[in-house]
Amino acid sequence: MVTDKYFHKKTPIWRDERVLKAAAQIISSLVVFGILYWAIGNFLEITQQRGMPLSYGFLDEAAGFPIKESFIPYESTMSFGRAVLVGLINTLVVSVLGILFATLLGFLIGLMRLSSNWLISRIALAYIEFHRNIPLLVLLFLWYFGVFTRLPDVKESITLPGPTYINQRGFYLTWPHLSERGALFAASIAAGIILAIITWVVLRRIREDKGRETYFGRVSFMVLILVPLIGWFASGGEPLRFDVPVLQGFNFQGGMRLTTEFAALLIGLAMYTAAFIAEVFRAGILAVQKGQIEAASAVGLRYSQVLMLIIIPQAMRVIIPPMISQYLNLTKNSSLALAIGYQELFAIGKVTINQAGRAVPVFILIMATYLAISLLTSIILNIYNKRVQFIER
Amino acid sequence: MTSTSDVVGPPAPPGAMEWIRKNLFSNWYNSLLTILGATVVYFTLINIITWVFKTADWRPVTVAPLLYLIGQYPREELWRAGISLLMVTFLVGMSWGVWKRYVKAFAIFMGILLGILAVFPLETTTITLPIRVFMLVNPFLIYLGYRIGRLQSVHGRHVAMLWLIALLLIPLVILPGFENSSLLPKVPTTVWGGLLITLLLSVGGIVLSFPIGVLLALGRRSSLPVVKLFSIFFIEVVRGVPLVTILFMFSIILALFLPSESRIDRVIRALMGTVVFSAAYTAENVRGGLQAIPPGQVEAAKAMGLKNFHITLLIVLPQALRLVIPTIVGQFISLFKDTTLVYIVGINDLLGIGNAVLNLNPEFVRLQMEVYLFIAVIFWVFSYFMSYASLQLEKALGVGER
Repeated sequence: MVTDKYFHKKTPIWRDERVLKAAAQIISSLVVFGILYWAIGNFLEITQQRGMPLSYGFLDEAAGFPIKESFIPYESTMSFGRAVLVGLINTLVVSVLGILFATLLGFLIGLMRLSSNWLISRIALAYIEFHRNIPLLVLLFLWYFGVFTRLPDVKESITLPGPTYINQRGFYLTWPHLSERGALFAASIAAGIILAIITWVVLRRIREDKGRETYFGRVSFMVLILVPLIGWFASGGEPLRFDVPVLQGFNFQGGMRLTTEFAALLIGLAMYTAAFIAEVFRAGILAVQKGQIEAASAVGLRYSQVLMLIIIPQAMRVIIPPMISQYLNLTKNSSLALAIGYQELFAIGKVTINQAGRAVPVFILIMATYLAISLLTSIILNIYNKRVQFIER
Repeated sequence: MTSTSDVVGPPAPPGAMEWIRKNLFSNWYNSLLTILGATVVYFTLINIITWVFKTADWRPVTVAPLLYLIGQYPREELWRAGISLLMVTFLVGMSWGVWKRYVKAFAIFMGILLGILAVFPLETTTITLPIRVFMLVNPFLIYLGYRIGRLQSVHGRHVAMLWLIALLLIPLVILPGFENSSLLPKVPTTVWGGLLITLLLSVGGIVLSFPIGVLLALGRRSSLPVVKLFSIFFIEVVRGVPLVTILFMFSIILALFLPSESRIDRVIRALMGTVVFSAAYTAENVRGGLQAIPPGQVEAAKAMGLKNFHITLLIVLPQALRLVIPTIVGQFISLFKDTTLVYIVGINDLLGIGNAVLNLNPEFVRLQMEVYLFIAVIFWVFSYFMSYASLQLEKALGVGER
């Protein structure tokens, strides 16, 4: 038979797909691991020559360098590990605040851009185009060197209500501290938030099951306000002690001090990212079909209801994925702080490398921390994203 | 009612007053917003104008304009940078002639920019008349290139070949030169700087990262688990960390993993960092293009008996890459802005030169605002018009319409 000849003829090895695939994988792994082996070999040779083993023991040694700004107690006699932790917290603080401000500002600019008022829309456009076409580092330099280092002297501080003093050395804010009986107040705030969430969920479920209006939004908002208010009175009406900055000699004492570096970084990052977020918002709102809005008005919803029930839920689907990447960008961009002298994770990592002389371990630690932040953020936001996406049929 | 005289054409375009009423004063809060906005704009503009023309001291910018363009590149070797520019403008013109609308906006922008630079009224001695004349030649060269590019006998592949030659020749031969050469003496990269470095790193970064990115994108969609794993690992790690850490890795950490006697040039190390960073993002963009190709294309190719390798090379990639051109242009713009970070690892890009100028003269120390604003304007003009050109390119390609 003719076909037999073809059926029984064995595929030559160099054309057998299974063999080729296996070979491709083996070769690519060999190449990758070969390069790694070679590089690590070189590295071990160099470390042996210079005597700096690849271990993290040095993290317990005394750091010996000061940090200008720290949200947890830190002295230069404390360990390198502590210093890196201070850096991480500084990164997180500036990122979280930056995300908050950028979102609010971005939302506002996005709304302005959508305004039917030509002038307002153009102002928003100018803002967006200004920020999107200039490198962030240049913007940070403009803020820091152009504005914040030119603030007045300590003696001629700008005074804002609060009182808040602004001068070359930073922002001095009046800062609340919990008094002796303040713990009760703090607990009542926490209880208020938890109770409000529970009320929201329960009442909302009742409405969805029974179909009758439970005013879950208003009720849970009242809980959120009332419970802390009770706590306020229970703690004797003065749960907070205000620490007011006072000019003593050549500097302000007391209060909360934010450095100009921190302020410049925060403002620069937030305003830069806001321009991108504004475009994300705009695209999201425009993605809602006009028919949806017209149908909603036709069934008699008020404009506020159309906005809350029709436009925003649908726009969110489009907004969230690019928003996640903007938030991650902001967090990663906070590493530019190094250039203007705010000591966050990367800047402290760099000092640690110089002080401890262990470039590679410190570097791996920093990269891993950034990766962990990125992964965690995207995991959390992706879970949220899954919840708001339409289930496609 | 229905007599023919009632049938009128489309309504006349609204007059200016009508437009103002409709777009600025449609109701009371819009009117309020308009007045508020106009006041803010007015005072902002007045402040900016008085600052720019009265208060600001532009000496750090005017004292050495060439520094911002090419850094410390020896002035007696200036002609080499000039020749490079001539080659590029001529090729841009030819590309305009050959690919018409795709590059038209970019070519015109470049011609206008160089023309303005040539006649810009600067009171400085470093920009001599020959330099001005030379700058003025460029717009005409673009036009000459355009006329040549439009000739029947000139094809796209000729221009592409010339581009390849120029892109190899300029950074590898003309600008660095050779040891012991009298015509092209060696110019170490330590003296390169300014816009030259910024463009070199961004163009080099995007061009070199492109093939790597395509391979990574294919690897990520590969059916081979090992290859897929390596690709995902590389892409996600690079995208998960800031660019500064990658630049830092290449400028400091890399040396620890190479044989102790080897030394890599500083600029090359920065370029490596840029390429690695950009490759991960290119990979994700190309992956988007690959995913947009309908599976029917691959199935049809398989039915015709094409091998996997040929399907990828001849069917999938050409369509996918065409789809991602606008995205890649967008990526180029952000890479162009991101190259400022090389300043942190000690390279004299535009920003580095700005800082060097500030330290040039003790009187300049307080003039940061002027210098950084000047740099911001350069970046703004480039990025803005590149995004405009990319919008035109997108229209010409008809992405999203087919």
